Amino acid sequence: MSEAAIIEFRDVSYSLPNGQALLKRLSLTVPLGETLVMLGRSGAGKTTAMKLINRLLEPSAGEVLVEGRLTTVWDAIALRRRIGYVIQEAGLFPHYTVEENVSLVPKLEGWPASRRRARAKELLALVALDPDQFLGRYPHQLSGGQRQRVGVARALAADPSILLMDEPFGALDPLTRAEIRQEFQELQRKLRKTIVLVTHDTSEALFLGTRIALMEAGELRGVYSPREFLKSNEPVAAAYVSQLHALEGFEGKQ
Amino acid sequence: MNVIQYFQQHADEILQATLEHIWLVGITMAIAVAIAVPLGILVARRPWLSKPIVGTANVAETIPSLALLGILLPVPWLGERADRLAIAALTLYALLPIIRNTAAGIAGIDPAVREAARGMGMTERQILWQVELPLSLSTILAGIRVATVLTIGVATIAAAVGAGGLGEYIFRGLAMVNNSLILAGAIPAALLALGADFLLSVLEHRLSPAR
Repeated sequence: MSEAAIIEFRDVSYSLPNGQALLKRLSLTVPLGETLVMLGRSGAGKTTAMKLINRLLEPSAGEVLVEGRLTTVWDAIALRRRIGYVIQEAGLFPHYTVEENVSLVPKLEGWPASRRRARAKELLALVALDPDQFLGRYPHQLSGGQRQRVGVARALAADPSILLMDEPFGALDPLTRAEIRQEFQELQRKLRKTIVLVTHDTSEALFLGTRIALMEAGELRGVYSPREFLKSNEPVAAAYVSQLHALEGFEGKQ
Repeated sequence: MNVIQYFQQHADEILQATLEHIWLVGITMAIAVAIAVPLGILVARRPWLSKPIVGTANVAETIPSLALLGILLPVPWLGERADRLAIAALTLYALLPIIRNTAAGIAGIDPAVREAARGMGMTERQILWQVELPLSLSTILAGIRVATVLTIGVATIAAAVGAGGLGEYIFRGLAMVNNSLILAGAIPAALLALGADFLLSVLEHRLSPAR
């Protein structure tokens, strides 16, 4: 294991109780500060792999290490509170205001109210939402893009060193998605977190990832830098790239 | 003698019977909620328990109320006092709507919300108290409302075993073929049911999560 690896999969498999294998013999290291994008179609095993990191699932075989320690040795609750978690549709609590949602982990960790409030304001400003306007709102009073921003703010609240993001921008309309992606890229540069992001969107993977882990049918097909990915001869990678080029071809016609 | 005169002359007694009725229903509902809400949570967590638990409550619901009082009469501690017996029978009736609504309320929570809660490191207990119960509270209250209205009606039967309440008037009126007496029991019981329904529905809307 290299010194800087913060997440490591060692020959990890995960099967459902009925024997169906969702993830097969995954070995993968995520160094500190990297944004690893897991790219693959639905059912490729990428979300399964992500849930093994914060121990929402436990490996059927092999081992997962976070900060050098086995996830099964970590206290699950302590582990999850150290890892930010963003999911599609944000999963905000509908009965909590934006402030309460964002302050959730700090509150669980017993921060005093004044510190929680200051942190909530700071985080909203970070994700480009005006704190005075948004702290008191409920999730149903927000647009999809605003909800997703709050979801990111909530995940960052206790300043975790790792951020897990499962299709975080998947439910947004294309324009909002492009906007938030751009913002998120800036945020990434500012914060230097280790990020594992799951997506089925090639352009998102190329745009946000420092490396791309290509998943297909529960197996890792390869890990590429965005540049390598575009030139790869691996059939699945090539299929993703040609789909991108098809779009470019369409643009060329205009 | 007309009904209004009867009410005027017996206001104190009717009030007394009404208070007895409220007491019977109140105790019943407190016990029923204490039993049914945890059972509903259990059913939501372990769907395979739904058949035995909801099934049993369902069977209790189908037994005619007079027969249920008769069945419970020989049970040692329960049969000793009329109010105990009545409360036990009424509680059995009140369980089903509360169990059902609790289970449905918790099962109806957006899975993304529960997953986010787990992913952020909330314990199972924190998820129950801070997420699941608040979000299903209005559904649970709707079940309690149905059960309360039902219990207010069925509680009139409790008078058959001498547990008191507004049913006393109804049974006496039936025996004496006196409509005024029957109405002296039936009208306050109906008003109680309407009042409880109204109050609980107000509470229900207050507590429904903003959506």
